[in-house]
Amino acid sequence: MIINVARKELKSMFASPMGWVILALLMFSFGTYYLNGVNDYFAVMSGAMRPAERTGVTQFVGQNVYGFASFMVLFAVPLLSMRLVSEERRSQTLPFLFSAPLSLTEIVLGKFLGLVAFLSILVVYIGAMLSTLNIWADIDFGFIVANSIGLLLMVASFSALGLYFSSITQQPVVAAILTFIALFALMFLDRFFAGDPSNTLASLSLTRHFQSFAGGLIDTADIAYFALFIASFLTLTVRRLDADRLRG
Amino acid sequence: MNDFTVEAIGLTRLYGGREAVSNVSFNLSKGQVLGFLGPNGAGKSTTMKMLTGNLAPSNGSVKICGIDMMENPKEAKALIGYLPEMRPLYKELTVDEYLTIAARLHRVSGAHIKKAVELAKERCGLSHMSKRLIENLSNGYQQRVGIAQAIIHNPMVVILDEPTVGLDPIQIRDIRALIREVGSERSVIISTHILPEVEMVCDHVQIIDKGKLVFNGAIDVLKKQRIGNKLLIAMNKPPKAAELLKIAGVEEAESVSDQLMRVRFADGATPAEAIVQAAVAKGWGLYQIGPDQTSLEDVFVQLTYQEQEAA
Repeated sequence: MIINVARKELKSMFASPMGWVILALLMFSFGTYYLNGVNDYFAVMSGAMRPAERTGVTQFVGQNVYGFASFMVLFAVPLLSMRLVSEERRSQTLPFLFSAPLSLTEIVLGKFLGLVAFLSILVVYIGAMLSTLNIWADIDFGFIVANSIGLLLMVASFSALGLYFSSITQQPVVAAILTFIALFALMFLDRFFAGDPSNTLASLSLTRHFQSFAGGLIDTADIAYFALFIASFLTLTVRRLDADRLRG
Repeated sequence: MNDFTVEAIGLTRLYGGREAVSNVSFNLSKGQVLGFLGPNGAGKSTTMKMLTGNLAPSNGSVKICGIDMMENPKEAKALIGYLPEMRPLYKELTVDEYLTIAARLHRVSGAHIKKAVELAKERCGLSHMSKRLIENLSNGYQQRVGIAQAIIHNPMVVILDEPTVGLDPIQIRDIRALIREVGSERSVIISTHILPEVEMVCDHVQIIDKGKLVFNGAIDVLKKQRIGNKLLIAMNKPPKAAELLKIAGVEEAESVSDQLMRVRFADGATPAEAIVQAAVAKGWGLYQIGPDQTSLEDVFVQLTYQEQEAA
């Protein structure tokens, strides 16, 4: 049943030009970064004479692309997640889901998975793009896998938060703005505490938890952070929708 | 064990401190069509939302085929097809896509989805609209898609909130026929404020006003109430009221206009023939006689008005 709701979301996303346009623009910008990364690699490495200054091509290009991608999804996710619930609320289509034999948890999980499935197209695409380096070089697939998992978890966390903000308003635009502000704050929280990195608030920052993945390290503590983040916002969304049923 | 398809027990819904629906109870059996009547804001839609599990009742409970909506919402909802007042259509999808999703979400098994979609389209006269975007359909066709969505999984109970709004007369006739057809084997609840529609389609009527059930019974009871015991007589040269009162069975006579007279007769009496004979014998110039039907509207106004006076 969760899958059926997710399929419905995917269908809606591809039925409007919005989904396609965002996918195309993001792909284009990632492609550009990838190309620049490869070019810069030769320029930088030809200047780096000592072995300690040299980095592998995977890491050099990968960091370039994944760093940019984790920043770009900050803009893309609010635009995609804003419609999930608020649009249904505005056009009064929620009763369609509420009167179907579905629990609220199934509806919320379905919507979440639908959006994550859509965004994972990007993650897969970036992974495939970087893998093409293997034609000329011997690349580090572990690095790409770790980064992909990190990016996917980050995108999923963004989606969960976006879904929640979408459920508290009727206006998709308001949902997008709220999501963007919240995500922006969470991303750059650690910058505010740059002087005191051990501060508890700084460790709430999404960027900090992405860092280990960006370095090619899969850390269970970070996975746990993202999992908890997603679970909390999905639970909040279920609670919010339940309030609709109770309060009317 | 009884075989009620819908049981509403003491449904109450509070909005703030105000009772939008208060203590509404009724049962519905298989093969019945129930009409839900009431002025705007009477609580029809709120009751329907509670029946379909879209709104939690403040008090009372709903059972669909014996399954409690509160305890087993998924099982209960699987037995219901619901068309809310605002059609829940995803306008960016085509009719086929939308109905397929509806079938899938209502647990129609994978192998039967195609057949279910075809059948629903055929029953609602949508077969030639399959590939059209719902957005581009006219109001009436969108309404049909809404109805198709509600009957696609062949539910035990179909609940339609104002199903004929926005349809042209021919479509209304089709939809009424469809409601009757569905109602013959399942249970249907429709809400409307078009009274003749209730008379045409429903077996049972409930009139709700200010959240309270004012009338609950078979349609025949309502019809009887409206035919009553009055005759309306049109004559070119009407006599004095006293002359009519002489005729056996006539209890009251009054002139409505200079050629029209209204006569009330005792229960069980049939004075029409005697009146006609008298008219011929005395040359009153009778040209029309018929029962003076209080329109259903009047009965409706009476029932809802009485309630107001009582309050």
